[in-house]
Amino acid sequence: MSVDKATVAKIASLARIRMDDAELEQMVPELNGILQWVEQLGEVDVTGIEPMAAVIPNTLRLRDDVVDADPLTGGGKQGDVLANAPAAEHGFFGVPKVIE
Amino acid sequence: MTDLTSFGVKDIRDGVAKGDFTAREVAEGFNAAVAGAAALNAFIVSTPDHALAAADKVDAARAAGDALGKMAGVPIGMKDLFATNGVQTTAASHILEGFTPRYESTVSQKLWDAGAGMLGKLNLDQFAMGSSNETSYFGNVSSPWRKAGSNQPMSPGGSSGGSSSAVAARIAPAATGTDTGGSIRQPAAFTGICGIKPTYGRCSRWGIVAFASSLDQAGPMARSVEDCAIMLGAMAGFDPKDSTSLQMDVPDWEAALNADLRGKKVGIPREYRMEGTDQAILDSWEQGKAWLKDAGAEIVDVSLPHTKYALPAYYIVAPAEASSNLARYDGVRYGLRDLPEGVGLQDMYAATRAAGFGDEVKRRILIGTYVLSAGFYDAYYTQAQKVRALVARDFARAFEECDVILAPTTPTASFPLGSMNEDPLTMYLNDVFAVPASLAGLPAMSVPATINADGLPLGLQLVGRPFDEQGVLNAGLAIQQRAGFTAKPEKWW
Repeated sequence: MSVDKATVAKIASLARIRMDDAELEQMVPELNGILQWVEQLGEVDVTGIEPMAAVIPNTLRLRDDVVDADPLTGGGKQGDVLANAPAAEHGFFGVPKVIE
Repeated sequence: MTDLTSFGVKDIRDGVAKGDFTAREVAEGFNAAVAGAAALNAFIVSTPDHALAAADKVDAARAAGDALGKMAGVPIGMKDLFATNGVQTTAASHILEGFTPRYESTVSQKLWDAGAGMLGKLNLDQFAMGSSNETSYFGNVSSPWRKAGSNQPMSPGGSSGGSSSAVAARIAPAATGTDTGGSIRQPAAFTGICGIKPTYGRCSRWGIVAFASSLDQAGPMARSVEDCAIMLGAMAGFDPKDSTSLQMDVPDWEAALNADLRGKKVGIPREYRMEGTDQAILDSWEQGKAWLKDAGAEIVDVSLPHTKYALPAYYIVAPAEASSNLARYDGVRYGLRDLPEGVGLQDMYAATRAAGFGDEVKRRILIGTYVLSAGFYDAYYTQAQKVRALVARDFARAFEECDVILAPTTPTASFPLGSMNEDPLTMYLNDVFAVPASLAGLPAMSVPATINADGLPLGLQLVGRPFDEQGVLNAGLAIQQRAGFTAKPEKWW
Protein backbone atom coordinates (compact mmCIF):
# COMPACT_ATOMS: atom_id res chain seq x y z
CA MET A 1 0.00 0.00 0.00
CA SER A 2 1.24 3.48 -0.65
CA VAL A 3 0.00 6.95 0.18
CA ASP A 4 -0.37 9.99 -2.06
CA LYS A 5 -0.32 13.63 -1.13
CA ALA A 6 -4.07 13.78 -0.55
CA THR A 7 -3.87 10.83 1.84
CA VAL A 8 -0.99 12.37 3.76
CA ALA A 9 -2.97 15.61 4.01
CA LYS A 10 -5.89 13.62 5.39
CA ILE A 11 -3.69 11.86 7.97
CA ALA A 12 -2.08 15.15 8.98
CA SER A 13 -5.51 16.63 9.48
CA LEU A 14 -6.60 13.63 11.59
CA ALA A 15 -3.42 14.03 13.64
CA ARG A 16 -4.08 17.79 13.97
CA ILE A 17 -0.74 18.81 12.52
CA ARG A 18 -0.84 21.70 10.07
CA MET A 19 1.33 21.01 7.03
CA ASP A 20 1.93 23.14 3.98
CA ASP A 21 2.32 21.78 0.46
CA ALA A 22 6.10 21.53 0.64
CA GLU A 23 5.97 19.55 3.87
CA LEU A 24 3.33 17.21 2.47
CA GLU A 25 5.41 16.67 -0.70
CA GLN A 26 8.43 15.79 1.41
CA MET A 27 6.47 13.46 3.69
CA VAL A 28 4.96 11.36 0.86
CA PRO A 29 8.12 9.46 -0.18
CA GLU A 30 9.31 9.17 3.44
CA LEU A 31 6.07 7.60 4.59
CA ASN A 32 5.95 5.35 1.53
CA GLY A 33 9.48 4.15 2.21
CA ILE A 34 8.50 3.16 5.73
CA LEU A 35 5.15 1.65 4.74
CA GLN A 36 6.70 -0.44 1.97
CA TRP A 37 9.31 -1.70 4.39
CA VAL A 38 6.79 -2.74 7.06
CA GLU A 39 4.76 -4.53 4.40
CA GLN A 40 7.10 -7.54 4.81
CA LEU A 41 5.09 -8.36 7.94
CA GLY A 42 2.47 -9.70 5.56
CA GLU A 43 4.79 -12.66 4.85
CA VAL A 44 4.54 -13.91 8.42
CA ASP A 45 2.17 -16.79 9.05
CA VAL A 46 0.13 -15.66 12.05
CA THR A 47 -2.50 -18.38 11.90
CA GLY A 48 -3.87 -18.99 15.37
CA ILE A 49 -1.73 -16.26 16.97
CA GLU A 50 -3.46 -13.79 19.25
CA PRO A 51 -2.26 -10.19 18.97
CA MET A 52 -0.14 -9.33 22.00
CA ALA A 53 -2.05 -7.34 24.60
CA ALA A 54 0.41 -7.28 27.50
CA VAL A 55 4.10 -7.99 27.18
CA ILE A 56 4.49 -9.23 30.77
CA PRO A 57 1.43 -10.98 32.16
CA ASN A 58 -0.04 -8.66 34.76
CA THR A 59 -3.49 -8.15 36.19
CA LEU A 60 -4.99 -4.75 36.60
CA ARG A 61 -5.38 -3.82 40.22
CA LEU A 62 -8.23 -2.00 41.87
CA ARG A 63 -7.27 0.60 44.39
CA ASP A 64 -9.14 1.06 47.62
CA ASP A 65 -12.28 3.12 47.13
CA VAL A 66 -11.04 6.02 49.21
CA VAL A 67 -11.22 9.71 48.35
CA ASP A 68 -7.72 11.09 47.70
CA ALA A 69 -6.16 7.67 48.35
CA ASP A 70 -3.01 9.11 46.85
CA PRO A 71 -2.80 12.81 47.65
CA LEU A 72 -0.57 13.32 44.60
CA THR A 73 -3.18 12.16 42.14
CA GLY A 74 -6.25 13.04 44.20
CA GLY A 75 -8.25 16.25 44.01
CA GLY A 76 -7.66 19.74 45.31
CA LYS A 77 -4.87 20.45 42.86
CA GLN A 78 -6.34 23.25 40.77
CA GLY A 79 -3.34 25.52 41.19
CA ASP A 80 -0.88 22.79 40.22
CA VAL A 81 -2.99 21.65 37.30
CA LEU A 82 -3.25 25.16 35.89
CA ALA A 83 0.32 26.18 36.68
CA ASN A 84 1.64 25.35 33.21
CA ALA A 85 -1.44 26.30 31.19
CA PRO A 86 -0.70 28.77 28.38
CA ALA A 87 -3.92 30.69 29.17
CA ALA A 88 -5.45 29.88 32.55
CA GLU A 89 -8.43 32.10 33.31
CA HIS A 90 -10.70 32.18 36.36
CA GLY A 91 -9.53 28.73 37.44
CA PHE A 92 -10.13 27.17 34.02
CA PHE A 93 -8.18 26.42 30.86
CA GLY A 94 -8.77 29.27 28.43
CA VAL A 95 -9.38 28.32 24.78
CA PRO A 96 -10.49 30.25 21.71
CA LYS A 97 -14.20 30.51 21.08
CA VAL A 98 -15.64 27.12 20.05
CA ILE A 99 -19.30 28.10 19.55
CA GLU A 100 -20.17 30.72 16.97
CA MET B 1 44.11 13.61 45.71
CA THR B 2 42.46 11.63 42.93
CA ASP B 3 40.10 13.61 40.75
CA LEU B 4 36.72 12.66 42.18
CA THR B 5 35.10 12.82 38.74
CA SER B 6 37.03 9.68 37.75
CA PHE B 7 34.88 7.69 40.22
CA GLY B 8 31.75 5.75 39.51
CA VAL B 9 28.67 5.11 41.66
CA LYS B 10 30.13 2.45 43.95
CA ASP B 11 33.41 4.27 44.60
CA ILE B 12 31.58 7.50 45.42
CA ARG B 13 29.00 5.85 47.65
CA ASP B 14 31.63 3.86 49.54
CA GLY B 15 34.08 6.77 49.71
CA VAL B 16 31.44 9.08 51.14
CA ALA B 17 30.33 6.42 53.62
CA LYS B 18 33.93 5.86 54.77
CA GLY B 19 34.68 9.56 54.98
CA ASP B 20 37.42 9.56 52.34
CA PHE B 21 35.73 12.64 50.89
CA THR B 22 32.46 14.47 51.39
CA ALA B 23 29.41 14.31 49.18
CA ARG B 24 29.74 18.06 48.75
CA GLU B 25 33.25 17.69 47.33
CA VAL B 26 31.93 15.14 44.86
CA ALA B 27 29.01 17.35 43.83
CA GLU B 28 31.29 20.36 43.42
CA GLY B 29 33.67 18.34 41.27
CA PHE B 30 30.94 17.13 38.94
CA ASN B 31 29.19 20.50 38.83
CA ALA B 32 32.45 22.01 37.60
CA ALA B 33 32.88 19.19 35.06
CA VAL B 34 29.35 19.78 33.74
CA ALA B 35 29.95 23.52 33.50
CA GLY B 36 33.16 22.88 31.57
CA ALA B 37 31.60 20.53 29.02
CA ALA B 38 29.16 22.78 27.18
CA ALA B 39 30.67 21.65 23.86
CA LEU B 40 29.12 18.20 24.30
CA ASN B 41 25.63 19.74 24.64
CA ALA B 42 24.78 16.79 26.88
CA PHE B 43 22.68 18.85 29.30
CA ILE B 44 19.62 20.95 28.46
CA VAL B 45 19.75 22.58 31.89
CA SER B 46 22.18 22.07 34.72
CA THR B 47 21.01 22.05 38.33
CA PRO B 48 24.13 22.50 40.46
CA ASP B 49 22.08 23.64 43.45
CA HIS B 50 20.07 20.42 43.42
CA ALA B 51 23.27 18.38 43.46
CA LEU B 52 24.75 20.45 46.30
CA ALA B 53 21.59 20.36 48.42
CA ALA B 54 21.37 16.57 48.09
CA ALA B 55 25.07 16.26 48.94
CA ASP B 56 24.73 18.45 52.03
CA LYS B 57 21.85 16.31 53.22
CA VAL B 58 23.98 13.18 52.87
CA ASP B 59 26.94 14.77 54.64
CA ALA B 60 24.66 15.87 57.47
CA ALA B 61 23.11 12.43 57.73
CA ARG B 62 26.55 10.84 57.90
CA ALA B 63 27.69 13.31 60.57
CA ALA B 64 24.58 12.46 62.58
CA GLY B 65 25.32 8.76 62.24
CA ASP B 66 22.13 8.06 60.24
CA ALA B 67 21.91 5.19 57.79
CA LEU B 68 22.84 6.27 54.26
CA GLY B 69 20.86 5.39 51.13
CA LYS B 70 21.91 3.17 48.23
CA MET B 71 23.01 6.14 46.17
CA ALA B 72 24.12 8.40 49.00
CA GLY B 73 26.36 11.17 47.76
CA VAL B 74 26.17 10.21 44.08
CA PRO B 75 25.22 13.10 41.78
CA ILE B 76 23.62 11.88 38.59
CA GLY B 77 22.31 13.16 35.28
CA MET B 78 18.56 12.88 34.73
CA LYS B 79 17.32 12.25 31.20
CA ASP B 80 14.97 15.14 30.40
CA LEU B 81 12.10 12.71 29.93
CA PHE B 82 11.56 12.38 33.69
CA ALA B 83 9.29 14.96 35.29
CA THR B 84 11.24 16.82 37.97
CA ASN B 85 9.43 19.04 40.42
CA GLY B 86 10.26 22.68 39.77
CA VAL B 87 12.79 21.91 37.04
CA GLN B 88 11.96 22.32 33.36
CA THR B 89 11.07 19.03 31.67
CA THR B 90 11.01 19.16 27.87
CA ALA B 91 11.49 15.71 26.31
CA ALA B 92 13.88 17.78 24.13
CA SER B 93 10.87 19.28 22.36
CA HIS B 94 9.76 22.83 21.65
CA ILE B 95 6.19 21.94 22.57
CA LEU B 96 7.23 21.31 26.20
CA GLU B 97 9.80 24.11 26.38
CA GLY B 98 9.34 25.90 29.70
CA PHE B 99 7.10 23.16 31.13
CA THR B 100 7.85 22.99 34.83
CA PRO B 101 6.24 20.01 36.54
CA ARG B 102 4.64 20.41 39.95
CA TYR B 103 5.39 16.80 40.77
CA GLU B 104 8.30 14.36 40.67
CA SER B 105 8.47 11.16 38.62
CA THR B 106 8.52 7.99 40.72
CA VAL B 107 11.95 6.91 39.49
CA SER B 108 13.61 10.27 40.12
CA GLN B 109 11.95 10.52 43.55
CA LYS B 110 13.30 7.07 44.45
CA LEU B 111 16.78 8.15 43.43
CA TRP B 112 16.59 11.30 45.58
CA ASP B 113 15.25 9.21 48.47
CA ALA B 114 18.28 6.95 48.05
CA GLY B 115 20.60 9.93 48.51
CA ALA B 116 21.39 10.84 44.91
CA GLY B 117 21.45 14.43 43.67
CA MET B 118 20.81 15.91 40.24
CA LEU B 119 23.50 17.54 38.10
CA GLY B 120 20.98 18.55 35.46
CA LYS B 121 18.51 17.43 32.82
CA LEU B 122 20.11 15.52 29.99
CA ASN B 123 19.52 16.08 26.31
CA LEU B 124 17.92 13.32 24.23
CA ASP B 125 16.24 12.68 20.93
CA GLN B 126 12.96 14.56 20.84
CA PHE B 127 10.32 12.52 22.72
CA ALA B 128 12.96 9.75 22.72
CA MET B 129 12.43 9.26 18.98
CA GLY B 130 15.78 8.74 17.34
CA SER B 131 18.97 6.70 17.45
CA SER B 132 21.63 9.40 17.12
CA ASN B 133 20.54 12.32 19.32
CA GLU B 134 20.02 14.52 16.27
CA THR B 135 16.28 15.15 16.71
CA SER B 136 16.49 17.30 19.85
CA TYR B 137 15.05 20.80 19.64
CA PHE B 138 17.99 21.83 21.80
CA GLY B 139 20.65 20.70 19.33
CA ASN B 140 22.71 17.59 18.68
CA VAL B 141 24.66 15.93 21.45
CA SER B 142 28.27 15.06 20.65
CA SER B 143 29.90 11.90 21.79
CA PRO B 144 33.10 12.50 23.72
CA TRP B 145 34.62 9.83 21.46
CA ARG B 146 36.14 10.69 18.10
CA LYS B 147 37.65 8.55 15.41
CA ALA B 148 41.42 8.33 15.76
CA GLY B 149 42.98 11.29 13.99
CA SER B 150 39.68 13.04 13.24
CA ASN B 151 37.83 16.03 14.66
CA GLN B 152 34.49 15.02 13.19
CA PRO B 153 31.73 15.08 15.83
CA MET B 154 30.36 11.59 16.42
CA SER B 155 26.91 10.44 17.52
CA PRO B 156 26.51 9.39 21.17
CA GLY B 157 23.61 7.18 20.06
CA GLY B 158 20.01 7.74 20.99
CA SER B 159 17.67 8.38 22.37
CA SER B 160 19.55 8.56 25.70
CA GLY B 161 22.45 10.37 24.01
CA GLY B 162 22.92 13.08 26.62
CA SER B 163 23.11 10.32 29.23
CA SER B 164 25.69 8.27 27.33
CA SER B 165 27.79 11.28 26.41
CA ALA B 166 27.85 12.63 29.98
CA VAL B 167 28.74 9.31 31.58
CA ALA B 168 31.43 8.48 29.00
CA ALA B 169 32.92 11.97 29.36
CA ARG B 170 33.09 11.60 33.17
CA ILE B 171 30.95 14.66 33.73
CA ALA B 172 28.43 12.40 35.50
CA PRO B 173 29.18 9.10 37.27
CA ALA B 174 25.83 7.72 36.11
CA ALA B 175 22.62 8.79 34.45
CA THR B 176 19.08 7.65 33.96
CA GLY B 177 18.02 6.44 30.55
CA THR B 178 14.84 5.11 29.04
CA ASP B 179 14.63 2.33 26.49
CA THR B 180 11.71 1.93 24.10
CA GLY B 181 13.54 0.13 21.28
CA GLY B 182 17.19 0.26 22.31
CA SER B 183 17.51 3.79 23.69
CA ILE B 184 19.63 2.72 26.67
CA ARG B 185 21.66 -0.08 25.08
CA GLN B 186 22.56 1.48 21.72
CA PRO B 187 23.93 4.74 23.20
CA ALA B 188 25.76 2.74 25.89
CA ALA B 189 27.41 0.64 23.17
CA PHE B 190 28.34 3.74 21.14
CA THR B 191 30.13 5.36 24.08
CA GLY B 192 31.81 2.44 25.84
CA ILE B 193 29.61 2.38 28.93
CA CYS B 194 27.08 -0.03 30.50
CA GLY B 195 23.33 0.31 30.41
CA ILE B 196 20.53 -2.03 31.42
CA LYS B 197 16.87 -2.01 30.49
CA PRO B 198 15.11 -4.10 33.12
CA THR B 199 12.05 -6.29 32.60
CA TYR B 200 9.06 -4.23 31.49
CA GLY B 201 7.30 -3.07 34.66
CA ARG B 202 10.33 -3.11 37.01
CA CYS B 203 10.65 0.68 36.96
CA SER B 204 7.57 2.83 37.28
CA ARG B 205 6.65 4.83 34.21
CA TRP B 206 4.77 7.39 36.31
CA GLY B 207 6.10 10.84 35.53
CA ILE B 208 8.10 9.74 32.48
CA VAL B 209 6.99 11.51 29.30
CA ALA B 210 5.27 8.69 27.41
CA PHE B 211 6.44 7.58 23.96
CA ALA B 212 5.20 4.00 23.45
CA SER B 213 3.71 2.89 26.74
CA SER B 214 3.86 -0.89 26.14
CA LEU B 215 7.61 -0.62 25.50
CA ASP B 216 8.95 2.29 27.58
CA GLN B 217 11.22 1.24 30.47
CA ALA B 218 13.67 3.26 32.53
CA GLY B 219 17.11 2.00 33.46
CA PRO B 220 20.56 3.10 34.62
CA MET B 221 23.56 4.02 32.49
CA ALA B 222 26.96 3.90 34.18
CA ARG B 223 30.52 2.81 33.59
CA SER B 224 30.42 -0.59 35.30
CA VAL B 225 28.07 -3.50 35.79
CA GLU B 226 28.26 -3.02 39.58
CA ASP B 227 27.23 0.61 39.25
CA CYS B 228 24.26 -0.38 37.08
CA ALA B 229 23.22 -3.00 39.64
CA ILE B 230 23.34 -0.46 42.46
CA MET B 231 21.45 2.23 40.59
CA LEU B 232 18.83 -0.13 39.18
CA GLY B 233 18.16 -1.27 42.74
CA ALA B 234 17.39 2.33 43.67
CA MET B 235 15.18 2.95 40.62
CA ALA B 236 13.08 -0.22 40.57
CA GLY B 237 10.07 -1.15 42.65
CA PHE B 238 6.31 -1.41 42.68
CA ASP B 239 4.34 1.78 42.15
CA PRO B 240 0.55 1.76 42.44
CA LYS B 241 0.46 4.86 40.21
CA ASP B 242 1.60 2.83 37.18
CA SER B 243 -0.94 0.18 36.19
CA THR B 244 1.77 -1.90 34.50
CA SER B 245 4.16 -1.75 37.45
CA LEU B 246 5.33 -5.17 38.64
CA GLN B 247 4.14 -6.01 42.11
CA MET B 248 7.29 -7.91 43.01
CA ASP B 249 10.13 -7.53 45.46
CA VAL B 250 13.27 -5.92 44.14
CA PRO B 251 16.17 -8.34 44.61
CA ASP B 252 19.49 -7.06 45.95
CA TRP B 253 21.19 -7.28 42.58
CA GLU B 254 24.44 -5.77 43.82
CA ALA B 255 24.85 -8.26 46.67
CA ALA B 256 24.11 -11.24 44.42
CA LEU B 257 26.52 -10.28 41.61
CA ASN B 258 28.48 -13.37 40.65
CA ALA B 259 30.59 -13.79 37.54
CA ASP B 260 30.96 -17.54 37.98
CA LEU B 261 28.82 -18.89 35.14
CA ARG B 262 29.41 -22.60 35.68
CA GLY B 263 26.21 -24.50 34.97
CA LYS B 264 24.79 -21.64 32.89
CA LYS B 265 23.99 -21.87 29.21
CA VAL B 266 24.53 -18.91 26.92
CA GLY B 267 22.44 -18.88 23.76
CA ILE B 268 23.79 -17.54 20.48
CA PRO B 269 20.88 -16.62 18.19
CA ARG B 270 21.82 -17.62 14.65
CA GLU B 271 19.43 -15.09 13.08
CA TYR B 272 21.51 -12.23 14.51
CA ARG B 273 24.22 -12.94 11.91
CA MET B 274 22.95 -10.26 9.59
CA GLU B 275 24.24 -8.71 6.46
CA GLY B 276 25.52 -5.20 7.01
CA THR B 277 27.04 -6.01 10.38
CA ASP B 278 30.62 -4.76 10.75
CA GLN B 279 33.27 -7.47 10.81
CA ALA B 280 34.69 -5.95 13.99
CA ILE B 281 31.29 -6.43 15.65
CA LEU B 282 31.17 -10.07 14.56
CA ASP B 283 34.69 -10.54 15.89
CA SER B 284 33.75 -9.01 19.25
CA TRP B 285 30.77 -11.36 19.41
CA GLU B 286 33.15 -14.32 18.97
CA GLN B 287 35.36 -12.85 21.67
CA GLY B 288 32.33 -12.51 23.93
CA LYS B 289 31.53 -16.19 23.50
CA ALA B 290 35.08 -17.07 24.50
CA TRP B 291 34.89 -14.85 27.58
CA LEU B 292 31.64 -16.39 28.78
CA LYS B 293 33.02 -19.87 28.14
CA ASP B 294 36.03 -18.92 30.20
CA ALA B 295 33.63 -17.90 32.98
CA GLY B 296 32.31 -21.46 32.98
CA ALA B 297 29.25 -21.14 30.75
CA GLU B 298 28.28 -23.56 28.04
CA ILE B 299 27.65 -21.95 24.65
CA VAL B 300 24.62 -23.23 22.74
CA ASP B 301 23.05 -22.24 19.43
CA VAL B 302 19.51 -20.98 19.63
CA SER B 303 17.04 -19.81 17.04
CA LEU B 304 14.88 -16.68 17.10
CA PRO B 305 13.16 -17.18 13.75
CA HIS B 306 11.14 -13.94 13.70
CA THR B 307 14.09 -11.64 14.39
CA LYS B 308 13.90 -10.12 10.92
CA TYR B 309 10.32 -9.02 11.52
CA ALA B 310 10.87 -7.44 14.93
CA LEU B 311 11.99 -4.07 13.60
CA PRO B 312 9.13 -3.55 11.12
CA ALA B 313 6.66 -4.67 13.81
CA TYR B 314 8.22 -2.15 16.18
CA TYR B 315 7.82 0.62 13.60
CA ILE B 316 4.09 0.01 13.59
CA VAL B 317 3.51 -0.57 17.31
CA ALA B 318 5.70 2.26 18.61
CA PRO B 319 4.38 5.00 16.26
CA ALA B 320 0.81 3.82 16.87
CA GLU B 321 1.23 4.22 20.61
CA ALA B 322 3.10 7.49 20.11
CA SER B 323 0.33 8.97 18.01
CA SER B 324 -2.10 8.26 20.85
CA ASN B 325 0.21 9.41 23.64
CA LEU B 326 1.22 12.62 21.91
CA ALA B 327 -2.38 13.61 21.25
CA ARG B 328 -2.25 15.29 24.67
CA TYR B 329 -0.05 18.12 23.37
CA ASP B 330 -2.77 20.45 22.25
CA GLY B 331 -1.78 23.90 23.47
CA VAL B 332 -4.50 23.91 26.13
CA ARG B 333 -3.21 22.45 29.38
CA TYR B 334 0.55 22.88 29.28
CA GLY B 335 3.39 23.64 26.94
CA LEU B 336 3.42 25.67 23.78
CA ARG B 337 0.34 27.36 22.33
CA ASP B 338 0.34 28.77 18.81
CA LEU B 339 -2.84 30.75 18.27
CA PRO B 340 -2.85 32.52 14.92
CA GLU B 341 -5.07 35.60 14.73
CA GLY B 342 -8.78 34.84 14.45
CA VAL B 343 -8.65 31.03 14.31
CA GLY B 344 -10.75 28.53 16.26
CA LEU B 345 -9.84 25.64 18.55
CA GLN B 346 -9.13 23.02 15.86
CA ASP B 347 -6.78 25.34 14.00
CA MET B 348 -5.06 26.21 17.25
CA TYR B 349 -4.36 22.51 17.85
CA ALA B 350 -2.95 22.08 14.35
CA ALA B 351 -0.84 25.22 14.51
CA THR B 352 0.50 24.39 17.97
CA ARG B 353 1.47 20.87 16.97
CA ALA B 354 3.02 22.05 13.70
CA ALA B 355 5.20 24.53 15.58
CA GLY B 356 5.95 22.34 18.57
CA PHE B 357 6.93 18.96 17.12
CA GLY B 358 10.09 18.22 15.15
CA ASP B 359 10.16 16.38 11.82
CA GLU B 360 10.85 12.90 13.19
CA VAL B 361 8.08 13.24 15.76
CA LYS B 362 5.63 14.37 13.08
CA ARG B 363 6.67 11.49 10.84
CA ARG B 364 6.00 8.96 13.57
CA ILE B 365 2.69 10.53 14.56
CA LEU B 366 1.57 10.36 10.93
CA ILE B 367 2.65 6.73 10.56
CA GLY B 368 0.86 5.89 13.80
CA THR B 369 -2.28 7.74 12.79
CA TYR B 370 -2.29 5.95 9.45
CA VAL B 371 -1.81 2.42 10.79
CA LEU B 372 -4.56 2.96 13.36
CA SER B 373 -7.01 4.51 10.90
CA ALA B 374 -10.20 2.82 9.81
CA GLY B 375 -9.58 0.21 7.12
CA PHE B 376 -5.87 -0.21 7.89
CA TYR B 377 -5.93 -1.16 11.56
CA ASP B 378 -6.06 -4.91 11.02
CA ALA B 379 -3.61 -5.01 8.13
CA TYR B 380 -0.98 -3.05 10.04
CA TYR B 381 -1.56 -2.80 13.76
CA THR B 382 -3.21 -6.16 14.49
CA GLN B 383 -0.71 -7.94 12.24
CA ALA B 384 2.20 -6.21 14.03
CA GLN B 385 0.83 -7.20 17.44
CA LYS B 386 0.60 -10.81 16.25
CA VAL B 387 4.18 -10.70 14.99
CA ARG B 388 5.16 -9.20 18.34
CA ALA B 389 3.59 -12.21 20.06
CA LEU B 390 5.70 -14.47 17.80
CA VAL B 391 8.89 -12.55 18.63
CA ALA B 392 8.13 -13.03 22.33
CA ARG B 393 7.38 -16.73 21.75
CA ASP B 394 10.74 -17.14 20.01
CA PHE B 395 12.49 -15.87 23.13
CA ALA B 396 10.38 -18.07 25.44
CA ARG B 397 11.38 -21.12 23.38
CA ALA B 398 15.03 -20.11 23.26
CA PHE B 399 15.06 -19.75 27.05
CA GLU B 400 14.06 -23.39 27.33
CA GLU B 401 17.54 -24.12 25.98
CA CYS B 402 19.63 -21.37 27.53
CA ASP B 403 19.76 -19.01 30.52
CA VAL B 404 20.93 -15.83 28.83
CA ILE B 405 21.42 -14.72 25.24
CA LEU B 406 24.58 -13.08 23.91
CA ALA B 407 24.42 -10.86 20.83
CA PRO B 408 25.91 -7.66 19.50
CA THR B 409 24.19 -4.49 20.72
CA THR B 410 24.43 -2.68 17.37
CA PRO B 411 25.41 -3.60 13.81
CA THR B 412 27.93 -0.74 13.61
CA ALA B 413 30.03 1.50 15.83
CA SER B 414 29.06 5.15 16.28
CA PHE B 415 28.82 7.24 13.10
CA PRO B 416 29.49 10.92 12.44
CA LEU B 417 26.64 13.31 13.27
CA GLY B 418 24.78 14.18 10.09
CA SER B 419 25.90 11.10 8.17
CA MET B 420 22.67 9.09 8.40
CA ASN B 421 19.99 11.67 7.76
CA GLU B 422 19.07 11.08 4.13
CA ASP B 423 16.58 8.31 4.71
CA PRO B 424 14.86 7.73 8.07
CA LEU B 425 14.94 3.97 7.43
CA THR B 426 18.73 3.66 7.54
CA MET B 427 18.68 5.16 11.03
CA TYR B 428 15.94 2.79 12.18
CA LEU B 429 18.06 -0.20 11.13
CA ASN B 430 20.68 0.64 13.74
CA ASP B 431 18.31 -0.74 16.39
CA VAL B 432 17.91 -4.12 14.67
CA PHE B 433 19.56 -6.09 17.50
CA ALA B 434 18.04 -4.06 20.32
CA VAL B 435 14.36 -4.00 19.35
CA PRO B 436 13.47 -7.71 19.71
CA ALA B 437 14.11 -7.73 23.49
CA SER B 438 12.04 -4.55 23.79
CA LEU B 439 9.10 -6.09 21.99
CA ALA B 440 9.30 -9.07 24.36
CA GLY B 441 9.69 -6.90 27.48
CA LEU B 442 12.89 -8.71 28.51
CA PRO B 443 15.79 -7.45 30.61
CA ALA B 444 18.71 -6.57 28.35
CA MET B 445 22.05 -4.93 28.87
CA SER B 446 24.94 -3.58 26.86
CA VAL B 447 28.48 -3.83 28.19
CA PRO B 448 31.60 -2.46 26.51
CA ALA B 449 33.69 -5.15 24.81
CA THR B 450 36.44 -3.60 22.78
CA ILE B 451 37.64 -0.79 20.53
CA ASN B 452 37.48 -1.00 16.75
CA ALA B 453 40.17 0.03 14.25
CA ASP B 454 38.92 3.64 14.35
CA GLY B 455 39.31 3.74 18.12
CA LEU B 456 35.56 3.63 18.75
CA PRO B 457 33.94 1.43 21.40
CA LEU B 458 31.81 -1.62 20.62
CA GLY B 459 29.27 -3.19 22.97
CA LEU B 460 27.93 -6.66 23.60
CA GLN B 461 24.34 -7.30 24.53
CA LEU B 462 22.93 -9.76 27.04
CA VAL B 463 19.24 -10.63 27.10
CA GLY B 464 17.64 -12.55 29.96
CA ARG B 465 14.43 -14.24 30.96
CA PRO B 466 11.64 -12.07 32.34
CA PHE B 467 12.59 -10.85 35.87
CA ASP B 468 16.13 -12.29 35.56
CA GLU B 469 18.07 -9.04 35.68
CA GLN B 470 20.51 -10.93 37.91
CA GLY B 471 21.41 -13.39 35.15
CA VAL B 472 21.97 -10.53 32.74
CA LEU B 473 24.12 -8.56 35.21
CA ASN B 474 26.15 -11.65 36.12
CA ALA B 475 26.96 -12.45 32.50
CA GLY B 476 27.73 -8.77 31.97
CA LEU B 477 30.12 -8.87 34.91
CA ALA B 478 31.86 -11.93 33.49
CA ILE B 479 32.44 -10.02 30.25
CA GLN B 480 33.53 -6.88 32.06
CA GLN B 481 36.14 -8.78 34.06
CA ARG B 482 37.59 -10.37 30.95
CA ALA B 483 37.27 -7.51 28.49
CA GLY B 484 39.31 -5.20 30.71
CA PHE B 485 37.78 -2.25 28.92
CA THR B 486 39.70 0.75 30.23
CA ALA B 487 39.73 2.94 27.14
CA LYS B 488 38.31 6.40 27.59
CA PRO B 489 37.80 9.33 25.27
CA GLU B 490 40.52 11.92 25.14
CA LYS B 491 39.29 15.24 26.47
CA TRP B 492 38.71 17.79 23.67
CA TRP B 493 35.69 19.65 25.07
